[in-house]
Amino acid sequence: MAAITLSGLAKTYAGGVAAVKGIDLHVDDGELVVLVGPSGCGKSTLLRMVAGLESITEGALSIGGRVVNKLEPAERNIAMVFQNYALYPHMTVYQNLAYGLKNRGVKKSDIDRQVRDAARMLEIGPLLTRKPRKLSGGQRQRVAMGRALVRDPAVFLFDEPLSNLDAKLRVQMRVEIKKLQRRLQTTSLYVTHDQLEAMTLGDRLVVLNEGRIEQVGTPMDIYRYPATLFVAGFIGSPAMNLLPVDFLQARNAGDALDALPPGTDIIGIRPDTIFLAPPAVPHLACDATLELFEAAGAENHLYVRLAGGEQATVIRTGQQAPVAEGEILRCYAPLEALHCFNQASGQRTG
Amino acid sequence: MVEHRPWANLLSHGVLLIGVALIMLPVYIALMAATQAPGELLRGNMPLLPGGHGLENMRQMWQSGIASASAPPAGRMLWNSFVMAMTITLGKLGISLLSAFAIVYFRFRLRLFFFWLIFITLMLPVEVRIIPTFEVVASLNMLNSFAGLSIPLIASATATFLFRQFFMTIPEEMLEAARVDGAGPLRFFKDILLPLSITNIAALFVILFIYGWNQYLWPLLITTDPDYYTIVMGIQRMTSDENPQWQLIMAAVTMAALPPVLVVVFMQRLFIKGLTETEK
Repeated sequence: MAAITLSGLAKTYAGGVAAVKGIDLHVDDGELVVLVGPSGCGKSTLLRMVAGLESITEGALSIGGRVVNKLEPAERNIAMVFQNYALYPHMTVYQNLAYGLKNRGVKKSDIDRQVRDAARMLEIGPLLTRKPRKLSGGQRQRVAMGRALVRDPAVFLFDEPLSNLDAKLRVQMRVEIKKLQRRLQTTSLYVTHDQLEAMTLGDRLVVLNEGRIEQVGTPMDIYRYPATLFVAGFIGSPAMNLLPVDFLQARNAGDALDALPPGTDIIGIRPDTIFLAPPAVPHLACDATLELFEAAGAENHLYVRLAGGEQATVIRTGQQAPVAEGEILRCYAPLEALHCFNQASGQRTG
Repeated sequence: MVEHRPWANLLSHGVLLIGVALIMLPVYIALMAATQAPGELLRGNMPLLPGGHGLENMRQMWQSGIASASAPPAGRMLWNSFVMAMTITLGKLGISLLSAFAIVYFRFRLRLFFFWLIFITLMLPVEVRIIPTFEVVASLNMLNSFAGLSIPLIASATATFLFRQFFMTIPEEMLEAARVDGAGPLRFFKDILLPLSITNIAALFVILFIYGWNQYLWPLLITTDPDYYTIVMGIQRMTSDENPQWQLIMAAVTMAALPPVLVVVFMQRLFIKGLTETEK
């Protein structure tokens, strides 16, 4: 059980490439924090720095109040689940789980008890005598998890652990990881590029971009109030529609334009806050051509092109398409659903 | 190939049979010659049927050798060959595993330089460096000793190179997982790398054992004491007798051929796996 504190953590590779540029973050004891961002944003590097697999160029990292910058991974009391699982192919599942304990000089009888406990928790008891190559992807994933939790470490580190699974299994394992973490109350850092996984798993999200933190907050905070243009575009699926203010002004798009905070030149609208009937409050309104109607079951997506522009926009609605593809419809967005940003600074304006 | 063409079948089988015959005939003749009575072979005919003296020839060769050619008993020479081949094999495997481990997993100055240094020794087989090597071994008083027979042949670029290539195919995460699991470098080597390399080690064991066993020029140069004759060079000594006893020589040849055959037979399964398996 331990909190993790990163202060001014930075990583510059020998070639001068800065992968992580000064990260300040505090992860509370028992919290599950998800690091999310596009590929190359430095999230994996950051995780590996916490693990001790990458050296720290600058800043301090403490786990459980102890500065661990110079410690070997094994001395940091962490456990890691790797993307490709990295199970030892020549060892049975039992040996895979026991290896870390054996290296720490744990007594044979204790090893046996801990391995069986972990196996029971992950329901891999019947697999203990098998070798990894005889396991399915989902089973390997469980064994990799087992190898992490068998030692009862202070911190779990997950490096995109679900990205090699098929979609159905991924959802199932996501739920299990969440439940397991709740039950064990082990501080966890979880790296993913899948924003849906990030939203559903994390107690808090850290959105990273180009080696810097864009925003830290609970998933709903980040979804409702993205602090920067980058977060607005990255979190949410389908992605938020970003429309330049002058484009809307040129179209005389409604009374909401007069109420925007100063400095706003980009407006973000979530696809589910665009309506096909005018709301009673101040709003934006615009004609658009329906290009494609996509029925996804519980919800439908309308891909439209705003009149006179190249701007493709998505509308998420429960209704059927009001007009045929290729015809014009009118869409509305209430003022309170608008996210206002400044293009140059990338920041939210209010 | 699922085609069924009788003539093509006949032709390919014919070619294969000729190939087998070309290889097996000398072996067969050696076996038959080893069973002849003394003097039979000197009459100039080469019998193709067993002569009934096989065990007797073997026993004589094994126990007493050929005194007139100052060849010691074959048992002694086989033992010498075995010790030399095993020392060379184990030495080569040990050194190349460790040096490949160092080159792949450790970052030290001049790492690439050392790799290439090892690599270019591939261009220098024993025969090329034999005179300086002899000089060194002689100055170190290692003539007529097992150390002199085997140590100069141990350094191995081939095996180092093969293990390096193999280690580089092992995913980086394996090392990282081991580090998180608290395994230091040597433990990683012993617990992870060695078991994963076992089929490669077996394949190289077979190749290197036969290489060591078949050494001819080097033992011929540095041994003058019959106690250190190896079987392969011993046979050469026997043929230089002014009255060569071919039935005994052929018995020695048969015995000399046996250990490599046994090594291949017993390690065949691992050997083939090591050459073909790529799964990880």
